[in-house]
Amino acid sequence: MRLTARSLACIRSGREVFSGVEFAVSAGEALLVLGRNGAGKSSLLRMVAGLVRVAGGRLALEGGDPELTLAEQAHYVGHQDAVKPALTVAENLRFWADYLGGTAGVAAPSGALEAVALAGLADLPAGYLSAGQKRRLSLARLVAVKRPIWLLDEPTSALDAAAQDRLSGLMRHHLAGGGIVLAATHGPIGLTAATELRLDGAAADEPGREGGPPA
Amino acid sequence: MKALAGLLVRDMRLAVRLGGGAPVGVLFFLVVVTLIPFAVGPDLALLRRIGPAILWLGALLASLLALDRLFAADHEDGALDLLLMSRVPLELAVAVKALAHWVTTGLPLAVAAPVLALLLDLDPRAMAAVTVTLVVGTPALTFIGAVGAALAVTLRRGGLILAVLVLPLTIPVLIFGVAAANAAIVDAVPFGAPFTILCALALASFVLGPFAAAAALRHGME
Repeated sequence: MRLTARSLACIRSGREVFSGVEFAVSAGEALLVLGRNGAGKSSLLRMVAGLVRVAGGRLALEGGDPELTLAEQAHYVGHQDAVKPALTVAENLRFWADYLGGTAGVAAPSGALEAVALAGLADLPAGYLSAGQKRRLSLARLVAVKRPIWLLDEPTSALDAAAQDRLSGLMRHHLAGGGIVLAATHGPIGLTAATELRLDGAAADEPGREGGPPA
Repeated sequence: MKALAGLLVRDMRLAVRLGGGAPVGVLFFLVVVTLIPFAVGPDLALLRRIGPAILWLGALLASLLALDRLFAADHEDGALDLLLMSRVPLELAVAVKALAHWVTTGLPLAVAAPVLALLLDLDPRAMAAVTVTLVVGTPALTFIGAVGAALAVTLRRGGLILAVLVLPLTIPVLIFGVAAANAAIVDAVPFGAPFTILCALALASFVLGPFAAAAALRHGME
């Protein structure tokens, strides 16, 4: 499986956010999307998720399920957690597991709650959760439903150190199983062997390059 | 199927737990119906004659009340993004959400109609006719309203723009709903013909509404 982008461009509200973005990620690899605020990190992830129109260039997935679109094979964790305060933790997860899972690949939601250390709160209405706990509930989707591509927009925000460790464990496990991770981030997220993509005006695709602040 | 059943259960559960929808809609319906006699005077003969129209107008306005939350809540917490990324076609998801919305807000209005008809001194036949037309007509209002709700999500100023968009589209439903309900009062008017057209309008809205609303949501995600 290989996700490639060729001279990708994004235009939102008539303003060009980025253009000429190129990257290629293969199964078992992670891509960190870096850049200043407003550089288009979130837009790039939402574009891969099919939520923002591709204004130019090409986005292709080779070796995926030909029956499904790219978005249907991807998990997206954005700034909003898609958690309903009036439902319990277990009901929230159960709904998304059923809805996103389709017919196959649904693990037991209780196992997914254990993976994010929320098993003890399963029957609590999600409205009582803290921001970090809501984020963990949102991340439990990734475990409950198997999808090969993970699109994570600043996944570590609001997470404490223990939860960040657990998240990097989940990501390493996902990568070891042949998955792909695209993460937009400002800080380290515990993936050592990740390629970096900088969206600083002129986008570059050079692994490990330390870029200065944009001119 | 499991995904759609899950969506139906979730939306109905949310509507029940958050309250709002059904009780407020029925109360609003009651207020509208109670206000009319204050405006036109306590002339029972007149009220009996315009009763079905009053009940229909009240139900129409009450069904608009909670409609702006149909997609707005899911849009605000990011759930709409995930609904778009599912293997379930968005059109079906919209239809199921509209159905859940009707069961929790439209159906209670039709159920409350016979009680409110007492306030307007309608006889049992007219009461039954209004209730039957509302049972058929309110889902049509919800499915037409779903299109407006989908458009309003992206315009980010729910309520008012929604009413302005949706109300003109509901005119045919209102005309044939009231025409069929009036048949029970005025003997010269047939019930069958306007009621059949009302059913046809409802069926058309079940098919066209979800497609139009899904298209509006997809377009609006930009």
